[in-house]
Amino acid sequence: MLKKLALGAAFALALAPAASFAAPDGEPYVEDFAFSFEGPFGKYDQNQLQRGLQVYTEVCAVCHGLRYVPLRTLSAESGPGIPEEQVRAYAAENFEVFDEELDDFRPATPTDHFPQVTSVGAPDLSLMAKARAGFHGPYGLGINQLIKGIGGAEYIASLLAGYTGEEKEEAGVILYENTAFPGGWISMAPPLSDELVEYADGSANDLNNLSEDVAAFLMWTAEPKMMARKQAGFVGVFFLTVLSVLLYLTNKRLWAPVKGKKD
Amino acid sequence: MSGIPHDHYEPKTGGEKWLHSRLPIVGLLYDTIMIPTPKNLNWWWIWGIVLAFCLVLQIVTGIVLVMHYTPHVDLAFASVEHIMRNVNGGHMLRYLHANGASLFFVAVYIHIFRGLFYGSYKAPREITWIIGMLIYLSMMGTAFMGYVLPWGQMSFWGATVITGLFGAIPFIGEGIQTWLLGGPAVDNATLNRFFSLHYLLPFVIAALVVVHIWAFHTTGNNNPTGVEVRRGSKAEAEKDTLPFWPYFVIKDLFALAVVLVVFWAVVGFMPNYLGHPDNYIEADALVTPAHIVPEWYFLPFYAILRAFTSEVWVVQIASFITGGIIDAKFFGVLAMFGAIIVMALAPWLDTSSVRSGKYRPMFRWWFYLLIVDFMALMWLGAMPAEEPYASFALIASAYWFGYFLVILPILGVIEKPLPQPETIEEDFNAHYGKKADGAGSAEASPAE
Repeated sequence: MLKKLALGAAFALALAPAASFAAPDGEPYVEDFAFSFEGPFGKYDQNQLQRGLQVYTEVCAVCHGLRYVPLRTLSAESGPGIPEEQVRAYAAENFEVFDEELDDFRPATPTDHFPQVTSVGAPDLSLMAKARAGFHGPYGLGINQLIKGIGGAEYIASLLAGYTGEEKEEAGVILYENTAFPGGWISMAPPLSDELVEYADGSANDLNNLSEDVAAFLMWTAEPKMMARKQAGFVGVFFLTVLSVLLYLTNKRLWAPVKGKKD
Repeated sequence: MSGIPHDHYEPKTGGEKWLHSRLPIVGLLYDTIMIPTPKNLNWWWIWGIVLAFCLVLQIVTGIVLVMHYTPHVDLAFASVEHIMRNVNGGHMLRYLHANGASLFFVAVYIHIFRGLFYGSYKAPREITWIIGMLIYLSMMGTAFMGYVLPWGQMSFWGATVITGLFGAIPFIGEGIQTWLLGGPAVDNATLNRFFSLHYLLPFVIAALVVVHIWAFHTTGNNNPTGVEVRRGSKAEAEKDTLPFWPYFVIKDLFALAVVLVVFWAVVGFMPNYLGHPDNYIEADALVTPAHIVPEWYFLPFYAILRAFTSEVWVVQIASFITGGIIDAKFFGVLAMFGAIIVMALAPWLDTSSVRSGKYRPMFRWWFYLLIVDFMALMWLGAMPAEEPYASFALIASAYWFGYFLVILPILGVIEKPLPQPETIEEDFNAHYGKKADGAGSAEASPAE
C-alpha cells in the first residue's frame, strides 16, 4: 500500500502543474492545531476533555445531541475520567430522558445516552470529529492526511473560531461568514466567544481555548477507544516485528544449504 | 494427480492404512503441502499466502461482527457504533475488518500484476488465471456489499450509484435494478439482501480458492524464468524444485509477518485513513454528498466507467450504429466490465511463446507503463469529473484496452526475446553463484 501511495504521490507531483489550476478558489482554511492525542504516542488530555465537556454542556447541548455516547463512559479512564458519583449527579442535573415504561420524562442516569436533540439543522455531534475531514491532501491523494491525520478535531476548532463577523440574509435565513466552513457561509450563529464559559480550575478561556477544548472533547466522543487502539497498535507491531525477525532467521538458516552459503 | 513427479504419502501403521483405504485425506494434505515448487521463486510470489490470510481474517472478524450487527435501516448505523463503543475489542474487530479489505485488495492487485509480468496466465495455466479473475470479481462484489452495511452516507449513495449502473442496460436495465434492490430505491430490502450475500460470497471465494490452488498444483507453479520444471524423472524434478514445506511455508510466513507489521500499524494508528468521513454520517436519502467516491480499490475501474462521456467519438459511433441503444452511460458500464474481461482474456491475447517478462525486452516497458496507467486511473477515479481529469482518464482508459487488445497480440509477433535459461536449476545457481554441477538440493556445494 505504502509503495502504491508513494508511486501515486510521485505521479501526482509530476502532474502537479497541470492539476493545480483546478483547485477551487476560497478553499476553507483549517488550522493545524497541535492536539495532545495526535500521532501514535498521543493521549487525550483528561483535563482538556473535562473542560470540553463543560463547554458542550453549557453551550452546544442547547441545540446539539450526542446520541451515540453513553453517559457512563464519561468515567472512562482513557476519557474524561470523571468519578462515577459525579457522573450520576451530572446526568441527573443536566438531562432528562423520556422513559417509555413511565410514559414520562425522568432525570437521566449514567446508563442513558446523552439525549438526542432534534433542533432543525443542528446535526448530532457524537461522530462529528470523524465525519468531517479538516485536511485534504494535494489533488485528492490525501498525502496531507497521511502526515497530519484526517483533521476532524482541527476542523471543529477552526470552525468555532473562524467567524469573521460578516452576516448576510438569504431566503429568510441569516448566514454567518466562516473561514473554515465549505462555501464560506454557515447558518449556525457564532456559538462561542471569549470568556463565555468560566472554567472551575481557572484555565484560560478565550475563544481559541474554548474551541480547542470542545473539539478535543468531540474527538473523544467520536473515538472513545483511541487509547486502547493505539495500545493494541504498539503491542501488535512489537510482537509482529519480533516474529518477523525470528522468521527471517529461520528462513535464512533453512535456505542456506540450498543456496550454497554458510549461515 | 499428474504433474511434477515427487514422493507420495505411504501409510505405514495399521491405523493409517485403515484410514487411507477409506478416506485418503492424509495423502491429499501431504501431497498438497509437499508439492514440488520451483526453487527460484522470488519475493513477488508471497502474495498468495497474504491473500489466504486475508480471507481467513475477514471471515473470522466478520463472523464475530455479525454477532453484534443489526441489518435494519433504522438500527444498522447505531449497531456499528455499539460495536465501536460497547463490544469488548469491538473497535479493533471493526477496524481490522475494514482495513483487512484494503490489505486484501493491495495483495490481489500485486498478485495479478505479478501474473501479468511473469506470464503466469499462459498455457497451461489459463484455468488458474480464469478462476483467479472470478475470485477477484467475487471480492469486488463482497467488498461493495460490505461497505453498504454500516449504512453511512457513502454506503447509501455508493449503493445507489453502483446499482444504477445496471439500470443503464437497455430495455431490461430498470427491471434488473429493481430486482437487485428489492424495490424502487436503496432501502431496507437492499440492506438485508446485501447483508445476506456479503456473508455468503466469502464462502464462494473460499471454494474458488480451493479450485485455484488445485489448478496450479496440477500444472505446477510458474516461476520468474517462465521455464517449466523438468519432469522426466523424480531426480530431475528435484534439481529444479524444493518441497513447499518447509522451504516456501517459512519464506511466505516471514513475508506475511512483515506485511502484517505495516497492516497492524495502519489499524492501530490511522484506521480511518482509507475510509471516507461521510460514512460516519448516517444514511440520508434526502441529502446527497458533494462527492460520491468509491473505495480506493474500485477507483481504476470507476475512472474507466466515467471516462466515456457522450463527447467521446467512440461513444458517438457506438450510439449511431446501434440507433442510440448504446448511450454514453451504457457504454461506460460496458467499458468498466470490459476492462476486466480483456484482462481475463490475456492468455489468448498474448501471442508470445515466452512467458516471463524478464526475457521480453519490449514487453517489459509496455508492462511498466501499464502499472503507471493503473496508478493514474486510480488517482483519476478520485478526481471530480471535469477537465483536465476527464481527458487524462480517457487516455489512461485507452491504454488499458490498448495494452491487452493491441500491444499484447502484436508484441508476440515483432519482439525478439532474449535467451532464456535452459533450466530452473541453471537460473537458480547463476543467481547464487553456484557452479551448475547438478548438486542436489541437500548438498551444499561451496561457492567459488
